[in-house]
Amino acid sequence: MSPSIVEFPRRVFSGYGFSSRSVSAFATPRSTDEVRALFTQAAREGVRVALRGSGRSYGDAAMNGGELVADMTGMNRLLAWDPATGVAEVEPGYTVQDLWRSTLGDGWWPGVVPGTMFPTLGGCAAMNIHGKNHYRMGGIGDQILEFDLVTPRGELYTVSRLEHPELFHAVISGFGMLGTITRLKLKLKRIHGGRLKVRQLPARSLQEQFALFEQHEGSSDYLVSWVDCISGGAGLGRGQVHVARYTAEGEDPDGKALLDPARQDLPGTMLGVPRSLVGTVLKMFAFNFGMRMVNLGKYLASTASPTSEYLQGHVAFHFLLDYIPTWRAAYEPEGFIQYQPFVPREHAREVFSQLLRLNQARGLVSYLGVLKRYRPDEFLLSHALDGYSLAMDFPVTRSNREALWKMCGEMTEIVLAAGGRFYPAKDSVLRPEDFRRAWGQERVSRFQALRRAMDPDQLLRTEWAARVGVE
Amino acid sequence: MASSFGTALVIGASSGIGEAIVRQLVAEGTTVAAVARRGELLERLAAECGDKVRPYVHDVKDYAATPGLFDTIVSDLGQLDLLIYNSGVMPRVEEGEYNFAKDREMMEVNVLGAMAWINPCAAYMEARRAGTIVGISSVAGDRGRRGNPGYHTSKAALTTYLEAMRNRLSRYGVTVATVKPGPVDTPMTTGLKLPLLIKVEEAAAGAIAAARGGAVHGYVPAVWGPIMLVIRHIPSVVFRRTNI
Repeated sequence: MSPSIVEFPRRVFSGYGFSSRSVSAFATPRSTDEVRALFTQAAREGVRVALRGSGRSYGDAAMNGGELVADMTGMNRLLAWDPATGVAEVEPGYTVQDLWRSTLGDGWWPGVVPGTMFPTLGGCAAMNIHGKNHYRMGGIGDQILEFDLVTPRGELYTVSRLEHPELFHAVISGFGMLGTITRLKLKLKRIHGGRLKVRQLPARSLQEQFALFEQHEGSSDYLVSWVDCISGGAGLGRGQVHVARYTAEGEDPDGKALLDPARQDLPGTMLGVPRSLVGTVLKMFAFNFGMRMVNLGKYLASTASPTSEYLQGHVAFHFLLDYIPTWRAAYEPEGFIQYQPFVPREHAREVFSQLLRLNQARGLVSYLGVLKRYRPDEFLLSHALDGYSLAMDFPVTRSNREALWKMCGEMTEIVLAAGGRFYPAKDSVLRPEDFRRAWGQERVSRFQALRRAMDPDQLLRTEWAARVGVE
Repeated sequence: MASSFGTALVIGASSGIGEAIVRQLVAEGTTVAAVARRGELLERLAAECGDKVRPYVHDVKDYAATPGLFDTIVSDLGQLDLLIYNSGVMPRVEEGEYNFAKDREMMEVNVLGAMAWINPCAAYMEARRAGTIVGISSVAGDRGRRGNPGYHTSKAALTTYLEAMRNRLSRYGVTVATVKPGPVDTPMTTGLKLPLLIKVEEAAAGAIAAARGGAVHGYVPAVWGPIMLVIRHIPSVVFRRTNI
């Protein structure tokens, strides 16, 4: 007789920010049939199931304490790849890294990638992740052509914009609560070289940051800005904008050669520090004054560096942090939370100024800020809107947890009053009323109705969903 | 380090050192979940200690039932501060006897039972960033002596397992203590001629003290510390010629 779920191996799971932890049984299904069998067993034993990919969500979106975690990384095959059309068919545990390594040599790059290449594509779809180009390409959902969905009761739907369009738009952005994707078909972007043309432009204030975004959003393929969240006064929100564009055919003489994945990997040192030690070095500065100095140093370097275009590999541009696996050590032992509000364009500057001033007044400052630009997209619970996001990393300590959560509550109030939204992959603090206000009662009701239809037994559960009131 | 434990789980609680541990913890005000195979002994202990002791009948070799029972106990207690794994067997092995059934019994109770209980507890405490795990090992685990190879092996395995758990969990604020009693006057040792024999109460007090201090080598009584330091360093070529 096969073991019951209570006898399954257990693991302590945490989010990528490792600021909360819980124990779950876990299983790694390797096929659609195994997924179905796992759902059936869980339903029979009254255990609820969370779907988890690489565990790159910062908070509790792939955690399920006391219940079962289905680790989807076991379904990680490339099912089909057509280098003529740039269409890939993959299982949900296939990662962003797996994908670009398979396609780059043929001259194709995923149209949307997050800031790390380790997430699974199933997880990316569930969260409708974005990259540094949402304002041009939308989220990953906009790159997806079709997928197979297995519901908790074991039914299989093949879903696209034409077949079951309502499901298509709700499963993408539905944070894994309507069933599990078992096959995913997506279209990649044709590129002519392994490098991007990049410019780094210093911004002396938040106002300048927005001015640079507006100036470049029509003529760039990627826009992202680093924000110093610690400097105040006239330098509030200062930083450095990175503007990048694809090269045209023949523009980069070495472009073709650099389509070789082996030539995309990064060197072993960063600014003279071996990559394996970067976390240790950062940890020495992991207090407010130390981080003020790090941010100041980075800002001064940005004002001194040339603003002319240079060539940078796709991987280095998108996934720099992946090559410094130790960077999170700076936040040990209690971890950190990321707080990333999405605010409509017309209110973004004012809201972000208010948030930064609030952080500084409370002495709870973000060690790193990242500003990005979005357009609205077609997905039901998408975080994207015509506006901007400011991602902030707050260290959690034993003594600041309560004050930090309280401040996040105040920030959420400001963001919601401006019509803002949030992102399940990053969130650690939202409450049910925040969730309803962020997406509006109409969208939330539509999602809940779909959830009742697809998962009437409420088999699927994550700590994030439970926290925001999606039962 | 906790001066007293709010709640505890003692496995192997119906007699010997385990029973004495339960009584001493209760006297300190701890609520104790007492796990043992022999229900009638457990019930009697619970009756004598009042509502501070919650009895759970369980055979540590029923590994499949362990995680579920662990969950039930944590839920019944509200939270768990201390786990003490005390179950152990030492069947007599005669000179010239090579008995796999006995060896297996010792590995199953003394080692696999400990792993079955400590694994879910370690996950629970790692996530909670707090708690204390104690294993009652033995001086017998420090050397492989000729008298009972299976027993020495099982206690050496338990000692190493506890060390590994300590190395894994200390960074999360979880204490893992290894208790190494010398001979204790228990049903296990009845009829044997043994040096420095101590009473179960003394062994139990030593175990609880080791839990508080997070002992790495919790010798009970402490005099076994220097004795075993010497014995551990006797070269094998000499050791095999002795009758230790």
